[in-house]
Amino acid sequence: MTQAPVVLRLSGLSKRFGAVQANEAVSLDLRRGEILALLGENGAGKTTLMNMLFGHYLPDAGSVAVADRDGRLAALPLGQPQAALRAGVGMVHQHFTLAENLTTFENVILGAEPLFGFRRGRAAARARLKALMARTGLHAPLDERVARLSVGERQRVEILKALWRDARILVLDEPTAVLTPQEADALFATVAGMAADGLSVIFISHKLREVLAFSHRIVVLRAGRNVGGMTTASADARAIAAMMVGGALPAQPRPAQAAPGAPVLRLSGARIDAPEARRRLAPCDMAVRAGEIVGVAGVSGNGQAALAALVSGLARPSGGTVELFGQPVTRFDPAAFIAAGVGRIPEDRHHDGVAGAMTVAENLVIERLGDPAVSRAGFLRRRAIADAARKICAAYDVRGPGPEAPARLLSGGNIQKLILARVLDRKPGLILANQPTRGLDVGAAAAVARRLIAAKARGAGVLLISEDLDEVLALSDRVLAIHAGEIREAGAPATLDRDRLGLMMAGEAA
Amino acid sequence: MIRIEPREAPPRALRWGLPPLAALAALALAAIPLWLAGADVTRAYGLMAQGVFGSAFAVSEMLTRATPLILTGLAAAVAFRARLWNIGAEGQLYLGALAAVAAGTGAIDAPPWALAPLVIAAGALAGALAMAAPTVMKARLGVDEVVTTLLMNFVIILFVQMMLEGPFKDPMGMGWPQSEPMVEAAMLPRLFDRMRVHAGLLIGLAAALAAHVALSRTTWGFRVRAVGENPAAARHAGISVGRTLLGVGAVSGALAGLAGVGEVAGLKGYLTADLSPGFGYAGIVVAMLAGLSPLGVVAAALFVASVFVGADSMSRALGVSSYLADLIVALSLICVLAGGFLARYRVRMG
Repeated sequence: MTQAPVVLRLSGLSKRFGAVQANEAVSLDLRRGEILALLGENGAGKTTLMNMLFGHYLPDAGSVAVADRDGRLAALPLGQPQAALRAGVGMVHQHFTLAENLTTFENVILGAEPLFGFRRGRAAARARLKALMARTGLHAPLDERVARLSVGERQRVEILKALWRDARILVLDEPTAVLTPQEADALFATVAGMAADGLSVIFISHKLREVLAFSHRIVVLRAGRNVGGMTTASADARAIAAMMVGGALPAQPRPAQAAPGAPVLRLSGARIDAPEARRRLAPCDMAVRAGEIVGVAGVSGNGQAALAALVSGLARPSGGTVELFGQPVTRFDPAAFIAAGVGRIPEDRHHDGVAGAMTVAENLVIERLGDPAVSRAGFLRRRAIADAARKICAAYDVRGPGPEAPARLLSGGNIQKLILARVLDRKPGLILANQPTRGLDVGAAAAVARRLIAAKARGAGVLLISEDLDEVLALSDRVLAIHAGEIREAGAPATLDRDRLGLMMAGEAA
Repeated sequence: MIRIEPREAPPRALRWGLPPLAALAALALAAIPLWLAGADVTRAYGLMAQGVFGSAFAVSEMLTRATPLILTGLAAAVAFRARLWNIGAEGQLYLGALAAVAAGTGAIDAPPWALAPLVIAAGALAGALAMAAPTVMKARLGVDEVVTTLLMNFVIILFVQMMLEGPFKDPMGMGWPQSEPMVEAAMLPRLFDRMRVHAGLLIGLAAALAAHVALSRTTWGFRVRAVGENPAAARHAGISVGRTLLGVGAVSGALAGLAGVGEVAGLKGYLTADLSPGFGYAGIVVAMLAGLSPLGVVAAALFVASVFVGADSMSRALGVSSYLADLIVALSLICVLAGGFLARYRVRMG
């Protein structure tokens, strides 16, 4: 592998945004046919680096060279996405950039075809795209509108779009953030095949498992700098994690053996009828008891959203009953659930978790405006709110410009810590944690896990919904499998057979 | 190549300095058409300043003009903070004025000391009710309030015209479509002798202060801002989005209704269908110039009123079209919006 020629060379790239040095003198080489994993915590500068390569940002210093067709490195004009495209650099962003109202075919050729004489070339283009799909194994229905495709299919369309423009260097920014484990594995198998055919790939990730499984070489960024790399064959997870956070990780405490108490949540035949499968919940009997973590494992879009909405107070059951702390629920609205003592960590922390333009302090009290510690006679106690915010931010390690800064200035991991602080500081008896570590770096994810375990030790019941099977197995005392809105008991992780759980998640009888 | 990059946080000086800078830029830009029209630019602006600040009477006229703008500006600013796009202040103003006249022409048997408060309350209530249907439709059915509030303007103004031709018509009005005059006790007092500026200005200033305190320091204002910032997160946090919108809609409508009260009970004394030269719409501009800040609304309303009053007297003296006032206000708005963009993004060449 090391004998292959260099196809991309970044030399001394630096970029500063205001007070933040996003990248500092980052250099790296990429060889032909190589899969390079770019690792780093949130805010380490991975995405900024790739945006400079692709011309979205203009570097403050440094240069980019890309091999031309004859393999000679030529400097790439900086700050011009068109030049990067012409040089054969393709980028697949973390957030898709597809036109949902167009078909797969139209999305792929969009912008790559001449404006006129477009119809004539259509048949040829279709044939070429079909050939491309066959060659790469990236299949997606050609004439289906993208809005109707699954997330995994959309990702494949994004990659096809890049390859269609003859990309020889492919950048994947957190390609598996929205994929199920099965979809992720399929994606990497395909990417590995394409790399064997000479495609060079950089993928950004902070999931160590997939990095170790699929990359050839690893480069770690920390605080905007390239702090070293290694071949994957010689790497091990702990060493990389330590490199990412700049020190040894605190050992993850094992959850204490469960001594569960009375049920804090009980669903009896509760169901939600909905036309879409992902919003449907089949009649369900389950309970979460005080002092236990119940994990719900499932492939995304199998009714987790409906279950979470029910336990958050956002949805009313179409039938059956919901009991909180032994009392049947009559008012299904979030305020009633909060008042009853349910702490909710929403799946989409930006969409449902925080009001970005409001301050960190305000976001910390948004769920308890009527609390005498927060308001008196309808007036906010601003001093008390600010003081409490400072304390909570320190206790929960919420890092950012301070409690009076808008919450949107926080990084994803710190926004999640803010939500955790808001939820856990009230010592709720039941905690709904919906995808609590999605998109978080290892350090932040470990902090979230520690907090949930501590809450359980305090006597709270935790309902953990996660698509990360490893997380469910590591944290839960009991595991439930959800498929097509149906929830089934799978057992305790210690006695659980992974294959059997996999079958239950896929809806097979087990 | 020009590229645009977001700033981490807008510099403080830029945020506060921006509105006055934009106003100056607008005046500088407006000098071009003024010069093209053949006017002496320095003399024109001198006349304009004189028309606003040259005498106590001029200041009074400016403040009289600013009064409804403060209230309609607040109506827009408060609603817009909740992302409730109330474009219907013009109609709410007329409905407020109609209610004020209904309560204030002596038809109601009330002690004289209670008449003016009654007129004020009636106007505010009418404005608030005018917002009820659009907000309920938005909260329950997701109907776009921009469309409903805008169209309500025409419905309400035609309704007011119908009333002025019908039950509200002044029998002594020589056939003109105007209401009976309000009784003296129902009128808002003038603040100074022989000046038109009236107590409506105090209502506007008090409302601005109240709105500022309510938005920044009360749980109500917190809910309004949370719903405006992120309705999904607000709902998740147990804030009732529908109830908050209903409340903020009512407050917004009431403020616009108060603008109508001021015009009819502070100034004209009777209602005609040409009571407002578009104060409701100008309020939107005022609110945007103010960056939706209630205290900023006062400053922006004073600026817009100065431009209008000043341009009036300048155009009379120089024979330049008084549409120049519209031009200056429009340019200010563009400058503020462009400036807001520059505060949030950095433009780089290269």
